[in-house]
Amino acid sequence: MDLALILIQTLNAVQYGLLLFLVASGLTLIFGVMGVINLAHGSFYMMGAYLAFTLTALTGNLLLAIVIGVVLSAVLGALLEWALFSHLYRRNHLQQVLLTYGLILIFEELRSVLVGNEVYSVKVPDWLNFSVPLGSVMTYPAYRLFMSGVCLVLALGLYLLIERTLVGARIRAGSSNRGMVQLLGINIDWLYRLVFALGVALAAFAGMLNAPASSVSPGMGTQVLIVSFVVVIVGGIGSVWGALLASLLVAFADTFGKVFVPDYAGIAIYVVMAAILLWRPEGLFKS
Amino acid sequence: MMSLVTSRSRAAIIAVFLGALAAFPLFGQEFYTELVTRVMILSIFAISLDLLVGYTGLVSFGHAAWFGMGGYVFALLGTKYQLTDSLWLTLPAAMLVTAAAAFLVGLFVLRTRGMFFIMVTLAFAQIFYFFFHDIKALGGSSDGMNLRGKPDTRIGGWVPFELTDPNTLYYFVLVLMAALLLAMALLLRSPLGRALQGIRENEHRMEAIGFPVFRYKLAAFTIAGAFGGLAGYLFAVLNGSVNPEMLSWHQSADVLLMLILGGMGQLWGGPIGAFTFVLLQELLSSYSKLWHLWLGIAIVLIVLFLPGGMFSLFDRVKRLRQGRAA
Amino acid sequence: MSRLLSLRAVSRAAAALALASVAVAAQAQPAPVRIGLMLPSSGTFADLGKGVTNGFKLYVNEQGGKLGGRAVEYLAVDDESDPSKANENANKLVKRDKVDLLVGTIHSGVAQTMAKVARETNTLLIVPNAGAGEITGSMCAPNVFRSSFSNWQPGYASGLLAARKHKTAVTISWKYAAGDESVRGFREGFEKGGGKVLKDLNLPFPGVEFQPLLTELATIKPEAAYVFVAGAGQVMFVKDYAAAGLKTSIPLYGAFITEGTLAAQGDAASGLQTALHYADGLKNPKNEAFIASYTKAFGAAPDVFAVQGYDAAQLFDAGMRAVKGDTKKKAEMIKAMENAKLDSPRGPLSFSKSHNPVQDYYVRVARGTQNVMTDVIVKGLVDPSPDCKL
Repeated sequence: MDLALILIQTLNAVQYGLLLFLVASGLTLIFGVMGVINLAHGSFYMMGAYLAFTLTALTGNLLLAIVIGVVLSAVLGALLEWALFSHLYRRNHLQQVLLTYGLILIFEELRSVLVGNEVYSVKVPDWLNFSVPLGSVMTYPAYRLFMSGVCLVLALGLYLLIERTLVGARIRAGSSNRGMVQLLGINIDWLYRLVFALGVALAAFAGMLNAPASSVSPGMGTQVLIVSFVVVIVGGIGSVWGALLASLLVAFADTFGKVFVPDYAGIAIYVVMAAILLWRPEGLFKS
Repeated sequence: MMSLVTSRSRAAIIAVFLGALAAFPLFGQEFYTELVTRVMILSIFAISLDLLVGYTGLVSFGHAAWFGMGGYVFALLGTKYQLTDSLWLTLPAAMLVTAAAAFLVGLFVLRTRGMFFIMVTLAFAQIFYFFFHDIKALGGSSDGMNLRGKPDTRIGGWVPFELTDPNTLYYFVLVLMAALLLAMALLLRSPLGRALQGIRENEHRMEAIGFPVFRYKLAAFTIAGAFGGLAGYLFAVLNGSVNPEMLSWHQSADVLLMLILGGMGQLWGGPIGAFTFVLLQELLSSYSKLWHLWLGIAIVLIVLFLPGGMFSLFDRVKRLRQGRAA
Repeated sequence: MSRLLSLRAVSRAAAALALASVAVAAQAQPAPVRIGLMLPSSGTFADLGKGVTNGFKLYVNEQGGKLGGRAVEYLAVDDESDPSKANENANKLVKRDKVDLLVGTIHSGVAQTMAKVARETNTLLIVPNAGAGEITGSMCAPNVFRSSFSNWQPGYASGLLAARKHKTAVTISWKYAAGDESVRGFREGFEKGGGKVLKDLNLPFPGVEFQPLLTELATIKPEAAYVFVAGAGQVMFVKDYAAAGLKTSIPLYGAFITEGTLAAQGDAASGLQTALHYADGLKNPKNEAFIASYTKAFGAAPDVFAVQGYDAAQLFDAGMRAVKGDTKKKAEMIKAMENAKLDSPRGPLSFSKSHNPVQDYYVRVARGTQNVMTDVIVKGLVDPSPDCKL
């Protein structure tokens, strides 16, 4: 395998890794701050893709669709937190897990009722619908490069939000000591609602952004869910930087697994996970 | 909650329940006999998980791994490599293999706690899922494998019973389930059982007193794995086939649901949960095409309003009555 | 919800009562023939299940709702495409509901378990889609039929098609049973036509991260490529393939790759050549009538799955006619079904000794939202099913 090929595969891996990060960031945020294992995260991702499909059909503009979709999903997130999750913080993790499992079934069936079971796709916006030549035979779709850029900006934005703003400081405080934050007079209920809304919006955003490069189809949420879980475990629950690093690691394992050990590509990422856990039982970054 | 009924009426209820189960195949409805066999197998599966979740406080989200593995041991020995069909060899083999695998995985996962434990067990189950999905030598195929037949029960030239007969299989599973319930009751009174429950209540205190907490947890994880494997073995025998979906995370979630429904840390929680869960599924799926929706809503409502499982219903009724009496 | 359930329960009971009284009144009539439809109505394959169901019911309705002089009663079970529930679901129909015919399903693993149950209970089974070779191979049985295809068939036909113009090819497929079988078929057909498969690339099922494989494909530079993925994977693969600029340099071939998802694939699919036993708007009188009545009944154009469902009903009817509705004469029924020469929307359809379809394979080109037939690649293709001992 020559150098050029390795470089292209590296590009593939980085691009995939950034996308994984986008999906996993909301999951790790909800985990880290609220201590909720949100199995329905994949459903929110799926919801995002379907929103992108429906809203671009209505508005004819992907960017506008994304803006509306993000707002809608954030509102939905806040509502769900208020109606369901806020009652469960004092209960054990198992009940939260099962609640979100129930939500998966509900969302999947609602999707089937509302939009049907066909496979759809979303058009790449015209101004991004071109490819960049890469080597002699291949080209690289510009939209994928655009996605990588957006993911990078988002990672930076999340970092700034959490480390540099007042809300971020409260989120950090809330994740380490709920009682203390409350004593200081901060309304922890609203803080949690905000974080959950943000997490749902991130998942939906990932689904929307990826829709033109991918397809919109039943069951797309569960696929993404398991990989995001691996990312969160490897990165360390609640750590945004950990999630970024872990996303890249998982993507490299996946990409080069497919190239070098195609027969075992399916377990490559899990082997990486096991190895890392052997070394650090709580992931790369402990929050 | 033990006191919700006096021990005598409790014994009577159990006797009636087991008696009803024993009489059930006499109705001669083969489909329902097999359905109840399946429910009893799921009960064994749920009981094995309860040892972890209910008694030791370890919420495993990967218990289906042992379930599937138990089935695959039989499929590999009996069908793929055709080494032996004997019940007396394959059944212990299934339990031994799952116990050994659970022991090894336990060395990893038990170093984590709480949420981490939930996620790491899920991830490990995924590894095993891919083993049986992708690796040809392990019978890996998305379609699974149809088995050649039921386990052979011969000892020398003597055939004590035939598992090919649905009723015999039913009683075989019933006896195993009853034996497991008895074994659990005994285990919970043993020093090991008490130590496990102590770990559930306060791990740090147990550690401070000088209990080798890790080893106890590993023992529980291994035993639970072995019985999960037993359940999977029986499931494969009943179905006459194995497939990777036996190890899927949906299966792990379903068995946790059964425990929630039946009540965790209750000896009868597993069976009650398994019966309720299957009943719920059958009812919903026969009434509505959108039954997944109703099942999801039911799960959400149960988690919100009935976190103690069906057992807590008895309790609530009792409290209501007492309130009225006073 | 409990109120809702109880309301439903009451209405159900009332309906049952009404039915019972009707049954008493009409006792002179023969009892309806019971047909168990075990198909997915939820999950990824729900749409395919719907196509099969619609096709089946359309045929029965065309016969005035009767087969062999008997009314038809459907009993449906959602198989969820979950093989671990397949045994229970199949038995629900066979042992509880005592169906005369079992129809299903899409997912190969589930269908294999259905075949096992059918063998054990000697129930008539028609598989309207699942392509697993075993069903009409090592597991073949007198009472098991298939109205669709074996994975080998479309693969083989695609191989012949690709070999017309190319000498070397690379295959890409999901690493699962159907993918392996399809690729094996392609290889056989391609080599028969004088080509050589350079490499088989695969990725874990049902992953859709194709870029690494496309990169590898581009470095091998074969003259052609063959792909087998399904559902959402089809759309992503075709779009990725076009975006990677490979569509013109390495022509892509497939069987199902454009089936049912052309609208979602858009321009990326335009011009793709595939080989399959049906084509949209196929020109024959039967198909024209079929499209008209299907569209009228269901408000959408039929797909290949609807055709396979329709032919499952046609095949069963061939058996029913031969015994005038007396399902107890099973041997006679099977004989008639084995010898059936059906006028299918896909063209002439008969059955091999292993009960797998013998059918023509068409060359189709993707134009707009249709796979248009341009040529016949092989007539009356028979899966040799060497493992079948019938």
